[in-house]
Amino acid sequence: MQPTPLAPIFRPIAERAVLVEFGMALDHAAHEAVLRLDQALTAQPFRGFREAIPAFVNLLVEFDPATTDHPNVTAHLRGLLSAKTTARAQPTQREVLVCYDPDLAPDLATVAQATGLSPEAVINAHLCGDYAVFMYGFAPGYAYLGGVPKAIRLDRKPAPVRNIPAGSVIIAGAQCLITTLLMPTGWWIIGRSPTPILTRDPARPFLFDVGDKVRFRRISRAEYEAAQ
Amino acid sequence: MTKTSLSVSFAGPHVSIQDQGRPGLMRYGVPASGPMDRQSFALANAALGNPVGHPGIEISLGGLSLRCESGTVTLALAGGGFIADTPGRKFGAWNVVTLRTGETLTIRPGPWGSWTYLAIAGALQAESWLGSRATHGSSGFGGGKLKTGQVLTIHDAQTRSDLEGLIPCPIWARPRHLLRCTLGPQDRFFDAKTLATFTTARFEMTDAFDRMGLRLRGPALMPAAALSIPSEPILRGSVQVSGDGTATVLLADHQTTGGYPKIATVLGCDLDAFVQCRPRDAVMFQAITPAEAIAITRQNAQRFAGFEDRIRRH
Repeated sequence: MQPTPLAPIFRPIAERAVLVEFGMALDHAAHEAVLRLDQALTAQPFRGFREAIPAFVNLLVEFDPATTDHPNVTAHLRGLLSAKTTARAQPTQREVLVCYDPDLAPDLATVAQATGLSPEAVINAHLCGDYAVFMYGFAPGYAYLGGVPKAIRLDRKPAPVRNIPAGSVIIAGAQCLITTLLMPTGWWIIGRSPTPILTRDPARPFLFDVGDKVRFRRISRAEYEAAQ
Repeated sequence: MTKTSLSVSFAGPHVSIQDQGRPGLMRYGVPASGPMDRQSFALANAALGNPVGHPGIEISLGGLSLRCESGTVTLALAGGGFIADTPGRKFGAWNVVTLRTGETLTIRPGPWGSWTYLAIAGALQAESWLGSRATHGSSGFGGGKLKTGQVLTIHDAQTRSDLEGLIPCPIWARPRHLLRCTLGPQDRFFDAKTLATFTTARFEMTDAFDRMGLRLRGPALMPAAALSIPSEPILRGSVQVSGDGTATVLLADHQTTGGYPKIATVLGCDLDAFVQCRPRDAVMFQAITPAEAIAITRQNAQRFAGFEDRIRRH
């Protein structure tokens, strides 16, 4: 049986979690269902709730096994799903600055060549994307943004490149990401951002929440250097 | 009030500051981190009467050597069968000792175990990240990995000669080779024969063993269907299978999401003793139901709490 947004599957995991699946493949309705349940759970947690991790098409809910168990948690989640759902809260719009100077964008020329566009057209396409934060993963603050325009979607590189600096703006397929650490990546590096995703602000340590909308704004080299 | 300084004469790889970890941030890509063997770490703190999760040092098979430059401090070493020495004295892990100015404490692997913990009667000065001093290995955020030449400062260092001596090592702190797990959440990508292989075959631990995870060697667990699953959340204890059928058990510094199917998830309470196994040790998986997993976890928690309490009151 395949899970759907209206008929999710609840999978118990070990002694401490339930995975709620709303779909099998990347799908807008399934992801919306993930965000709605996540929001409802934040508003109405159960006793023993530990944390929830939203992903593309499923939500992992971790609980304290000393306090509750899989059937109770599943019942609570079913209750949230069948309650008169309020629409998902209006997503917050975030802005990320990006400088596309060639030395900060080592793959821009290759992306242009592979897509048959000029580097300037690649930049414009990237700036026109309608981005949203789908989930975090891989490393602290690595937020996967969906919404890269079709014209500049490329498969990832055959092998990862090492030591890519933090702040790199990278794309692969429909996804875009702003790196937060010195890490290897097989994605295409098309710019550099001075906007910290790990903010160092204890009150709000991560710039994005899952579900936020994101817009990129182009800045000059001078603005990039000044913002560093 | 005493300030004690310890210089790091030698630190092997993967020696780091840990506390109770930073749970609750997996939605931002941040795993809880914290000690690989949480039970031994907790018992080391209990032996000194420290609060739960008090910052200490996690020591890998790489070993650690600390020289006391000034002051005095009482330390508890627990976890694995590590060997330690101070001038004129050789002892094993599961001991409380006092280190004085000019003395060097050297800790190295012994007959068994992969991780040991040094708890400190005092406040180890270390960087905090997102409310915890636990080190996140791949970023180095938090208290950080120890480096040769570094100096550690301990505020309010206590000398507790009354606590010196043996800490009892419970049988369940020894290496665990049978891992209880529930199948899934992506077991549907494997056929019945592969699932049967998973729960009956012996796997061998490889050298690819760090705070992020442990890669196993054994029969290939080939996924039945072509794989293209959107990244899904991962837990500490997830058994992830890569495209070539290799299984990896994810540990304290695991990635929070990943696109490889998770054939099973190991119970949290089996992971602490599991990480005390060593490369080339054999391990097996035993599938149980989620209800059994809860019952076992509650039983274990009770047993652990009773033992910890006895050590605290000792």
